[in-house]
Amino acid sequence: MNPSQKEIGYNTKVEGDVIVTKVDAVLNWFRKNSLWPMPMGLACCAIELMAAGSSRFDISRFGSEVMRFSPRQSDLMIVAGTVTYKMALALRRIYDQMAEPKWVIAMGACASTGGMYRSYSVLQGVDKIVPVNVYVAGCPPRPEALLDALMKLQKQVAKEPLIRTHKAPKPDALSGVHVK
Amino acid sequence: MAPEIKDLEVKDAAGRTLDGIESAEVQGQEEMMGEKLILNMGPSHPSTHGVLRIILELDGEIITKASPDVGYLHRGDEKIAENMTYNQFVPYTDRLDYLAPLANNVAYALAVEKLMGIDKQLPERGQYIRVICCELARISAHLLGLGAFAMDVGALTVFLHTFTEREKIYNLCESLTGARFTTSFTRIGGIARDLPDGWVDQCRKFLEEVEFNFDETETLLTRNRIFVDRTQGVGILPRDIAIDYGITGPNLRGSGVEHDLRKSNPYLVYPELDFEVPVGTKGDSYDRYLVRMEEMRQSAKIIRQCLDKLPGGPVSIDDGKTVLPPKDKVLSSMEELIHQFMLVTQGVNVPSGEVYFGAENPKGELGFYIHSIGGGTPNRMKIRAPSFVNLSVLPYLLKGEMMSDVVAILGSIDFVMGESDR
Amino acid sequence: MSDASIEKTSKLANDLKTKFGDLLSEIHEFRGECTLVVNDNAKIAEICNYAKSELGFDCLTDLSGVDHLGEEPRFSVVYELYGLTSKAYLRLKVLVEEENCEVPSVTKIWKTADWHEREAYDMMGIRFTNHPDLRRILMWEGYPYFPLRKDFPLEGKETELPDIAFTEKAPMEGGPFVTSPGQPHTTLREPRARTIE
Repeated sequence: MNPSQKEIGYNTKVEGDVIVTKVDAVLNWFRKNSLWPMPMGLACCAIELMAAGSSRFDISRFGSEVMRFSPRQSDLMIVAGTVTYKMALALRRIYDQMAEPKWVIAMGACASTGGMYRSYSVLQGVDKIVPVNVYVAGCPPRPEALLDALMKLQKQVAKEPLIRTHKAPKPDALSGVHVK
Repeated sequence: MAPEIKDLEVKDAAGRTLDGIESAEVQGQEEMMGEKLILNMGPSHPSTHGVLRIILELDGEIITKASPDVGYLHRGDEKIAENMTYNQFVPYTDRLDYLAPLANNVAYALAVEKLMGIDKQLPERGQYIRVICCELARISAHLLGLGAFAMDVGALTVFLHTFTEREKIYNLCESLTGARFTTSFTRIGGIARDLPDGWVDQCRKFLEEVEFNFDETETLLTRNRIFVDRTQGVGILPRDIAIDYGITGPNLRGSGVEHDLRKSNPYLVYPELDFEVPVGTKGDSYDRYLVRMEEMRQSAKIIRQCLDKLPGGPVSIDDGKTVLPPKDKVLSSMEELIHQFMLVTQGVNVPSGEVYFGAENPKGELGFYIHSIGGGTPNRMKIRAPSFVNLSVLPYLLKGEMMSDVVAILGSIDFVMGESDR
Repeated sequence: MSDASIEKTSKLANDLKTKFGDLLSEIHEFRGECTLVVNDNAKIAEICNYAKSELGFDCLTDLSGVDHLGEEPRFSVVYELYGLTSKAYLRLKVLVEEENCEVPSVTKIWKTADWHEREAYDMMGIRFTNHPDLRRILMWEGYPYFPLRKDFPLEGKETELPDIAFTEKAPMEGGPFVTSPGQPHTTLREPRARTIE
């Protein structure tokens, strides 16, 4: 078993109402259970994103009910749909406006790699301009796949260290950025 | 500068400001009105359905100029079509109007079949199934259009209700085609496969449930004081302006023009079906909403008639040079093997010529202009997208409206950016 | 399409042909549709005006540009007209050369031509004189190429425009393998990697 899961060694008789654990674990537990998405719904995947938010698949069970369209109030950007070069600038600007800590899910084939549109106007993958945490395959991915991606992201969030040193971004993640 | 106040006419603040603007322009004194605010309703906005950017010039709350900026979802479909065979292009047509993919598939297949001259040879069963697919897509698209419209205007519950019904349509599509939406169901010369067992009963059951949902939506919206106040008299599109701007579909019918391609230039088995075409009177957003509501009911009626009349028989043309032969013949007989090889690698051999075919899609008239010089790929495929043309009327519609009505007008025009930008 | 509407379309096309005589070519009928080629580009607005006012073609359904690379003249602009009362479609074509790539605009006749002509300019580079606002509509302002021309590759070309946008070439991995349309023999039609000569 993962040693980090053994933090809560809790004995009610001895400790009463006090739980001893790591700050990391508590903060990450808060963060991962209330990821507020900013849906960057561009094309057909946006419809499956909306379906994930509606009654049958219910994304609000994961704490992501509040789909804020304002980047300042959200911490997860779900890029759903084809990103064209014309849209790329706006997308990068919106990503820059989000407050740390922030994560990105690239939903669908078009957002991950350009999809079936290998043409002159489509950005071949949104990871050329923003760093992506989880890629979801599918055209469009089923809402269950999106929820699975959200759960994988939650596992990633649970492992993040509290003190994130501000390193320069890795060259391969943002090498294609041309935004001034 | 004070606008002229006529004696017996009391206008509210918005009307007086509009009078002021118009008279200032006439007298050439715009600079006295103060600076106008340029507001960018950006590509990422919750109420522009998709990536539409509108640059608004505001004078207070009144819009003086609106210019939409499209192209944020331009994926190069028409150029891709010149590099694909006709059957390979079918998945791209799904993603044009991604709310009603089956209808796009059918329109495209009919256009290519018209070019080949085989559109009269489709078997009856295939035609009926195509009509059922089109009408299901129409119900699905209108459900989402109305749900999003209501959500933007403020009625959030309607959205959740309509989405539940759409999930039932997704179930039907999944058992028929294999995918929830983006179905890629039609092929040149027919459809991909026949109906599975029990699908007809599932469809009938769905129709009963969805009619109950139509009634529910009507009780929530049609006589809702807030909804009526927000949409009546807002975004009036006069009849001649609508025709001049090339508007088609429910928007045109909401303005009082009785034009439906299923009745005027019928295709498939629509001449044998009995349905009515709802037409609005005033051309405002409320009329467009009512037209779409009634169209959904008529679609349910059409689907019932088709399910009753559905004949037996094959679903695709029985021609090895057009439609893939059945797999057991391919693996055992030489001629079918060659046909399979030619169809998959080179595509259907289409004669040279040009053709235009327009179908009545939920958003309007989806037209395909195909210019072919023979062979398996088109020389030029132009997609006449209804949403592209419907959006061109926005500068006329938004001028003079208040800022808060923009959302209601956009929702009532019901466009899809995937189609508009292709 | 029913036979009655084919007759109506031919009648309307014949009316147009008798009115304008030599300005129009012979009527070409294919799959129940009538196509007329306009011989003099400058007169297209007059012909369209007559078609709208006298023959009742009050809808311009579509306007597209077509590139016939290798033929002279290189481009053609196709007007698809529709009459709401007659329920008939009619197609008019205008042939445009590459050097003098200009056609009179029909925006004054049908307002819907505004956006269609902007798209034809954006994709093909055909200019429309007397257009109220001819600028790019689908690509961004300042994009240097015309994407739908046949000599422009599918993967695009690299552009680097600060503050507007950037493009890179899409990875083609050997090029799109596509059949060559128009070839008479099946072996010539077999898919090969398509490159721009």
